[in-house]
Amino acid sequence: MSELNKLTIADARDALSKGETTSVALTEACLAAIDAAGVLNAFVHKTPELAMERAKAADARRKAGAEAPAMLGIPLGIKDLFCTKGVPSQAASRILEGFRPEYESTVSQKLIDAGSVMLGKLNMDEFAMGSSNETSCYGNVINPWRRKGSDADLTPGGSSGGSASAVAADLCLAATGTDTGGSIRQPAAFTGIVGIKPTYGRCSRWGIVAFASSLDQAGPMTKTVRDAAIMLQAMSGHDPKDSTSADLPVPDFEAALTGDIRGKKIGIPREYRMDGMPDEIEALWKRGAEMMRDAGAEIVDISLPHTKYALPAYYVVAPAEASSNLARYDGVRYGHRAKLAQGDGITEMYEKTRAEGFGPEVQRRVMIGTYVLSAGFYDAYYNRARKVRALIKRDFEEAFAAGVDAILTPATPSAAFGLGEMTEADPVAMYLNDVFTVTVNLAGLPGVAVPTGLDHQGLPLGLQLIGRPWAEADLLNHAYVLERAAGFVSKAEKWW
Amino acid sequence: MSIDRDTARKVAHLARIAVKEEDLPKLAGELSAVLAFMEQLNEVDVAGIEPMTSVTPMRLKRREDVVTDGNIQAQILKNAPDAREGFFAVPKVVE
Repeated sequence: MSELNKLTIADARDALSKGETTSVALTEACLAAIDAAGVLNAFVHKTPELAMERAKAADARRKAGAEAPAMLGIPLGIKDLFCTKGVPSQAASRILEGFRPEYESTVSQKLIDAGSVMLGKLNMDEFAMGSSNETSCYGNVINPWRRKGSDADLTPGGSSGGSASAVAADLCLAATGTDTGGSIRQPAAFTGIVGIKPTYGRCSRWGIVAFASSLDQAGPMTKTVRDAAIMLQAMSGHDPKDSTSADLPVPDFEAALTGDIRGKKIGIPREYRMDGMPDEIEALWKRGAEMMRDAGAEIVDISLPHTKYALPAYYVVAPAEASSNLARYDGVRYGHRAKLAQGDGITEMYEKTRAEGFGPEVQRRVMIGTYVLSAGFYDAYYNRARKVRALIKRDFEEAFAAGVDAILTPATPSAAFGLGEMTEADPVAMYLNDVFTVTVNLAGLPGVAVPTGLDHQGLPLGLQLIGRPWAEADLLNHAYVLERAAGFVSKAEKWW
Repeated sequence: MSIDRDTARKVAHLARIAVKEEDLPKLAGELSAVLAFMEQLNEVDVAGIEPMTSVTPMRLKRREDVVTDGNIQAQILKNAPDAREGFFAVPKVVE
């Protein structure tokens, strides 16, 4: 079998169970692909020895004839935000330089228990704060996709940019991502892959470096919807170590992929029609709705009236939570500590450590959060934003109560843009990337990005489906219908 | 609401991030731009709306009040930039 790294999880699983390949062979193929793709800067801490050890163990486990979970022997990339025991885990920040956790995050442990193989850690925006993977202490990630006839480097999106680039370039079969405002779905759309952010509470947050605790969720980034179903299954489930993780049974997500959505109601929210949105995205959205209609679903116009206020509410709530969460980086217990001058006390140690350790975007968000939580502004900003958040959630609840099964929107307001193209713009312009995805985090809902077409420059575009809380199975089935109807099979032409 | 240089200095100190005096005007400008963006929230009628506290309405689980972990001093100190005699070491705090 040639080019094992290009397989999907489902195909690799079938080949493994038929004895046509081994986890060692799959892992070797991925490791070779990773070594040949250094220019993409997706993998920032490679763990080839650990990977080979786990691959051998997976093959032995299969041979021993015990039950073989779907993820047994599947090589994966893990976002640097996940703490992985004994392996650098620094959230792409200088402040966590040298940190090697003494523990394993629940999600990555579940993936280990299922027999999967970690190939290494993936680049990302620092502390997951960014939409272009340009805030990483490891440098930019490069999108394997290029505009037709151009060799300009494009962003893979962010914050899970390394995960997106690695999956799109076939450096691994799939990867973990995390999503606080769109960090799985936007990069998935920019690289022509599938990414799902499950319902808040579906995956444990324990051991994942916290950004904004009421918004963060982990999820899989994969080549197909079926793979997303398989991998999400392995990542999900109750964890007593995360008090917000839900004690609910995890359904069989793959079994839900029937391809039958006859009689389902798909909502098209009119507020997602943005000024200045490229015609191509508008047209793609329309085509997506037609595909769902052709599959037997009913398309209905809906209104989510508070959509416009989602981004400003997010940019109060997320920095507020970040300023609290990032208070722990003080140069005492782990990571970087600044060199101190004669006579410097503990306050200077904190201030110098954090000035050296945090990049500009992280500093900006921590300070915004500090400001909106400070005496005199708490009510005006933070409490008001939390009230608006309640209204945004209510908008969705009303749509679902009216019988809508899933909501179809564009995933991003544009295709991937060039690295450096947004650096001169003010921070708010970058925030607009999350305009279609951030509502989903505020409301705690599941959302999935599905690649559905190419734009005039030959770059992938995605659509987003939003589901009811805990209805990932149904949501994935809708995504599966869209994926099949769109028939997106394009891959980035290999130049690296 | 626009942020001036003194407010920027104060916020930086509250956040325990050292910012050079000459960088304060730029910081103040950036923070003001983000806050101006947030001003849109004032257009929303939030009368009678409770601030959202938990994402999914559920009762927090309780567990027995017992020790579940411990005796891992070496592991806890392992990543410290300065650990001595079983403690985290920091610059002198008390004069």
